[in-house]
Amino acid sequence: MSTQTDSHQPLDPAKWYDLFSRGARDWLRHDEKVRDSVRRHLPQIVAGGDLITGGARTVRVPMKMLEHYHFRLRKAEENQGAGQGKVKPGDVFADPSQAEGSGEKGPGGREEGEVQLLLELKIDDIVDWLWEEMQLPNLKTRVGPSEETEWVREGWDRRGARSRLDRRRSFKELVKRRGAPGAIPTFTDEDLRYRQLARRRKPAVRAAVFFLLDVSGSMSDRDRKLAKTFFFWTVQGLRREYRSLETIFVAHTTEAWEFAEPEFFQVSGSGGTVASTGFAKVNEIIHERYNPATCNVYLFYASDGDNSMSDTAEAREGLAAIAADACFTGYVEVSSGLSRQLDTETGRLFAELGAAGGATGSYALNDYEDIWSAVRHFFSAESRTAEGA
Amino acid sequence: MSEALWKDYIERIEALAARSGLSFHPVEFEAVPDSFMMEIAVYGLPVRMPHWSFGVRYIYQLIQRHMGHSRLFEVVFPGNPGHAYLASGNGLAENVLVTAHVLGHADFSRNNLLFQRCQAQVSEHIVEHAANHARQIQQAIETHGLERVEAVLDAALALEQHIDVDQSLRRSRYPEYAEPAKAIADDQFRRRFAALEPAAGAAGPEAKRRAPVPPHPERDLLWFVAQYAPEMESWERDIFLAVREESFYFYPVFATQIMNEGWASYWHARLLREADFIPQQAYVDAIKCHSDVVRPVAADSQVALGLNPYHLGFSMWEKIVERQGLEAALAIRAQDDDFAFIRNHLTRELADELELFRYSARDGQIRVLEPDLSALHEVILAPKYNFGAPTVMAKHIRSDGTLELVHDHSLDGRGLDLERSRKVLDYLQRIWRRPVLLTTVNQAGLVLELSAP
Repeated sequence: MSTQTDSHQPLDPAKWYDLFSRGARDWLRHDEKVRDSVRRHLPQIVAGGDLITGGARTVRVPMKMLEHYHFRLRKAEENQGAGQGKVKPGDVFADPSQAEGSGEKGPGGREEGEVQLLLELKIDDIVDWLWEEMQLPNLKTRVGPSEETEWVREGWDRRGARSRLDRRRSFKELVKRRGAPGAIPTFTDEDLRYRQLARRRKPAVRAAVFFLLDVSGSMSDRDRKLAKTFFFWTVQGLRREYRSLETIFVAHTTEAWEFAEPEFFQVSGSGGTVASTGFAKVNEIIHERYNPATCNVYLFYASDGDNSMSDTAEAREGLAAIAADACFTGYVEVSSGLSRQLDTETGRLFAELGAAGGATGSYALNDYEDIWSAVRHFFSAESRTAEGA
Repeated sequence: MSEALWKDYIERIEALAARSGLSFHPVEFEAVPDSFMMEIAVYGLPVRMPHWSFGVRYIYQLIQRHMGHSRLFEVVFPGNPGHAYLASGNGLAENVLVTAHVLGHADFSRNNLLFQRCQAQVSEHIVEHAANHARQIQQAIETHGLERVEAVLDAALALEQHIDVDQSLRRSRYPEYAEPAKAIADDQFRRRFAALEPAAGAAGPEAKRRAPVPPHPERDLLWFVAQYAPEMESWERDIFLAVREESFYFYPVFATQIMNEGWASYWHARLLREADFIPQQAYVDAIKCHSDVVRPVAADSQVALGLNPYHLGFSMWEKIVERQGLEAALAIRAQDDDFAFIRNHLTRELADELELFRYSARDGQIRVLEPDLSALHEVILAPKYNFGAPTVMAKHIRSDGTLELVHDHSLDGRGLDLERSRKVLDYLQRIWRRPVLLTTVNQAGLVLELSAP
C-alpha cells in the first residue's frame, strides 16, 4: 500500500494507479491458495489415473476456481423470475440457462460460471511435497565404485585461467598484505588467487528398476491402470535417490517380452500366467546389461496373483535369483474385483522370500486410494530392510 | 478527447443540472485507465482490503471484458465531495453523457433518505475510510501473518450481507441486566389482596436478573460476533467492524439500484436534450450510447428472461415525471427505496407497455404465468430482501460458549444450501473459537442441525 512514501520525487498523480494492481495481487493470492489446496489433496488428486503423462516432467491438473462461501438458499425446484418481451400467459419454451449453464448473479455482481484453471505442476515438486506429506523415508542406496569421474573444486593457486579468478579471496590477500586501512588499495599479481579443479572418481548412484507386469487374460483394464499408476509414482520416488535411473519394462503371460515404456501400458495379452518366464527375462536382462555390484536393482511385480500351479517351483527359483542381485523386490497384487489379500500363488512366493530374510514387500492394491499407502509401504519396507542389511 | 473541452462541458452541465432542479455536492471527476475501472468494479471501492475472493471476481471480470460483455463508463462514490471515475478510453460524447449521468447519481445520493441515513452513519468519507481499513489490515498482516488475518477476513466477508441497517453503526452492547418487571398498579384489588396476606403482597425489591445474550434473535451477525465472540482479539474485532462499516455503505447502493440507475439515466437523457452547447455530432453519438445503456436486456432477441435495471428505472421515471410532474418525482427520489418504488410506481399500464411478464422455470422449461401485478412486483423485489442474503440469526450462546444460529426458513421459503452453509460455519468457527451450530430445514422440510467442528 505504502509505495514510495519516502521518495523525494512526488508521483505523477495521473500515474499512481499504474504502480500496483490490487486485483492482480489478490488473484495471485487466490492461485497460491489453489496450489496449497492441491498440495493438501495431492495424494487423492494424483492417484487418479488420468493425469499420468509418459516422459513429461510436468502434469496438468484441472482445478475449479475457489469459491468464497456465503449463506445461500438451497436451489429451488421451481424458480420465478421477471422477463421482458412479447409473450402470452401459458407460453412454454426451453430454459436457455440450462443449456449454457449461465451462473446466477449475486449482489456483489459475482458470477458463478464454470471457469477452470489448468495448474501445471512439476512432477519433481509433487514428489517432494508427497514425500514430506507422507513422511516417506529416503532410500538407502548401495554405492559402488565407478569408472566415471568428475571435476570438483579444490584449493587455490597463484596462477590460473582468468575465468577462475576468485575475487573475494584475492581481495582478502590484498587486505592482508596492506594491513593498514584507509589507503586506496591496488592489486599486484601476488594478491591474485585462482580456483583449482581436481579430478575425482564419482560414486555410482545408479539404479535399474524392473517393472514386471502380468498381462494375462485375467488382468482387467482397470487392474493394469492401477499397476501403471503405482509404477509411475514408484519411479518418481526412486528418481529422488538416483542420478541415473533406468527403467525396464517387462510383460508376461506364458511368455515374457521387454517393451518400451509407451507400448508397455498398451499391452494386453490373453491366456494363462507363467510368472517364471517373467522372472527369467528379468534375470537375463540383469546379467546382460547391469552389474549388480555397482548398480542398484529393483523389481516391482504387478499381478492378480493367479500363477499356474505347475510353475511354482520354477518361479520360486527365478525369484530367488533376482532377490540375490536386487536391493529390493516388491509385489503388488492388483485385484479391483475380489481381493484375496495376498492369499494367492504369487503372494505366497513373495511371502516365502520374505520369511527367508529377503528384502521384499507385498501389498494388495484394490483401488486408487490405496496407491499412496502402497507406495509408502514399499518405501518403508525398503528402508527397513536396508537398515537391517 | 480534449481534456479542456470536457472540463468546460462539466461546468456547463453542472449549471444546467442545478437550474433543472437537481442538488448535489461538488463532484471531483477523474479519468482513469480501464484496468483501474475494472478494479473499482471488483472491489466496490477505489482502495479496499485485500482478500483472495476479490481475486476470483477479478478473474471473472477479466474474462467478461475479454468476451466483450461488459464495459464500464463510470463509477461514482457518493460523498462530499463525491468522486467520479471515468474510463479514460471514453470518447468526448461518452464523457458528456457520463458526466450528466454522474450528476444524476450525485443528486440521488445526496437527497435520498436511505442514502442520507446510511451516510450519517458511515460519514461522507467512505472512500477514505475504506483506504484506511485497507491500511490497517495490511498492518495486521505484517504483525499477525497472512494466514491469521485471512481467516478473519474469510469469516467477516462471508457474513458481509448480514448486518442490520436499522441499528446504529456504532451500536452499543445489549443492556447487561433484564429490565425489572413493571410495578403492579396500585389499585383497590391490589390493596385488598395485600391486606389478606401481608407476606405475599410485599415481594420486596426484585433481584437484578442478567439479560440473556442475545435477548432476541440477532440479524446483525458481524456486530454480534465482534461484540460477543468469547476469545476474539481486538484487532480481529476491528476487522469485523471494518467490513460492517463498508456493508453499511454498500446497502443503499444495493437497495435503490433500480431507482438510482433509472434516475441517473433519466437525467443524462434530459440534460443532454437541453444542453444546446453540445455539438450536433457529439449529441448524436451520446444518444446512441444512451440507448445502448437503457435498452432492454438482449434487444436483438424477442424475449429476455431478466430485466435491465437501467431500462426499467428509466422508463418508470419518465412516466412519473410525465404524469405527476417534476416536484412529485423529486419527492419520490427522496423518500423511496426500490421496494416502495416498484410497488407504488410500477403500474399495470407501464408493465404492459414494457411487456414485462412473470415466468416459472422448472425442469429446464420456462412457462409464462398469468399477469398479476403485485406478484410481478414481488418477483422483481425477491432478490433484494435482507441485502440479498438468507435470514440467518444468532439465537443463543450456550454456557460453554457454543454459538447457536438459526435460519428463518419460513421467511425465506426454503432451507439453506447445506454444503455452502457448512463452509461458512467452518470460517466462523475459527474466529468464534467454540463450536458453532446452525438450524435450518432440509429438502423435505425437516429440521436439520449443522455444526462446526
